[in-house]
Amino acid sequence: MAELKLPANSIVKKGKTVNQAEGNNVRNFIIYRWNPDSEENPRTDTYQINLDECGPMVLDALLKIKNDIDPTLTFRRSCREGICGSCAMNISGRNTLACTKAIADYAGDIQIYPLPHLPVIKDLVADLTHFYGQLTSIEPWMKTQTPAPQDKERLQSKQDRAKLDGLYECILCACCSTSCPSYWWNSERYLGPAILLQAHRWIQDSRDEATGERLDYLEDPFRLYRCHTIMNCTNTCPKGLNPAKAIAEIKQLMVKRTL
Amino acid sequence: MAEQARERPLSPHLQVYNLPLTARISILHRIMGVALSGGLFLLVYWLWALAMGQPSYQQAQAIFGSWLGLSVLLGFSFALFLHLSHGIRHLIWDAGVGLNKVQTQASDVWVLLATGMLTALAWMLGWLLA
Repeated sequence: MAELKLPANSIVKKGKTVNQAEGNNVRNFIIYRWNPDSEENPRTDTYQINLDECGPMVLDALLKIKNDIDPTLTFRRSCREGICGSCAMNISGRNTLACTKAIADYAGDIQIYPLPHLPVIKDLVADLTHFYGQLTSIEPWMKTQTPAPQDKERLQSKQDRAKLDGLYECILCACCSTSCPSYWWNSERYLGPAILLQAHRWIQDSRDEATGERLDYLEDPFRLYRCHTIMNCTNTCPKGLNPAKAIAEIKQLMVKRTL
Repeated sequence: MAEQARERPLSPHLQVYNLPLTARISILHRIMGVALSGGLFLLVYWLWALAMGQPSYQQAQAIFGSWLGLSVLLGFSFALFLHLSHGIRHLIWDAGVGLNKVQTQASDVWVLLATGMLTALAWMLGWLLA
């Protein structure tokens, strides 16, 4: 049964306003904080930033807070150009990458939380161990039976290569999986949109020779079929990919192979 | 290194997520499905009353004809048509059609429009035939 409420130790308390900014272009950033070394529940602290003195993206604001206001604020970031997936978080109610999301896209206060329904390590850093474990379970590498050609790579036609478009671009930021209510309630057994899209990336690859095994693994009431086409995954993907369509295509392959 | 201080909190989910319209309709679809199962008892009661003869049938008609009864029936028909409309969308989705963001936003509107129109149509027909 879905647990709709947060456990007692996870209920978010209202925190403090950390600083007052000066200027005509001040914006409030309300940010989820939790420190594993304190005994307190998570809280939301408010930081004020004069946007005239800050870069355009939400990640710029987070870095400004960390550099100038509060060095204890903890979050992941690396590439700052939407290719590493580290700064995935929930910004004003939707999951996205802080580095590619412009502050100007939001009106009023900006609320920042870690990716939903995950154990929190500290502040905006959530524990993705289980997510990566699920990725490992679908064996995301090319599996072959036939020997490789002697003096060249395993070739692929342009048409077959085109089948991987919309799948290979996934950066595994986990925005989609952690936006999915089915994944919230059943993440122990349901693989979630990101992992299913990865699975489809290998199912679709003309060079991979384990399609049958891959479908066998997914043919399960939970692993695949907990997808109820809620569409949050596709609505939130910061790379504009379509996990819901990938899942629908896997479901279709399941039907086709029994015909 | 010290042991892990304490159990990690679960990050907020429903509490903070701004659910898109498609997700809201999906939730409504679930709730309406449960409501329809409950509503079946009303249908069984009505058939039972019919089978038991005129007095009990007239009593059932009086109950369903009261403001409360009519409101429940309105809710029941809305639930039925929402479940039907969204069910048809699911059928189309399962065929692999209409799954991108723009198409889904458009079909959100279609599902809600169809629900409203079918409900209105059913009640207009009922009113004309009564």
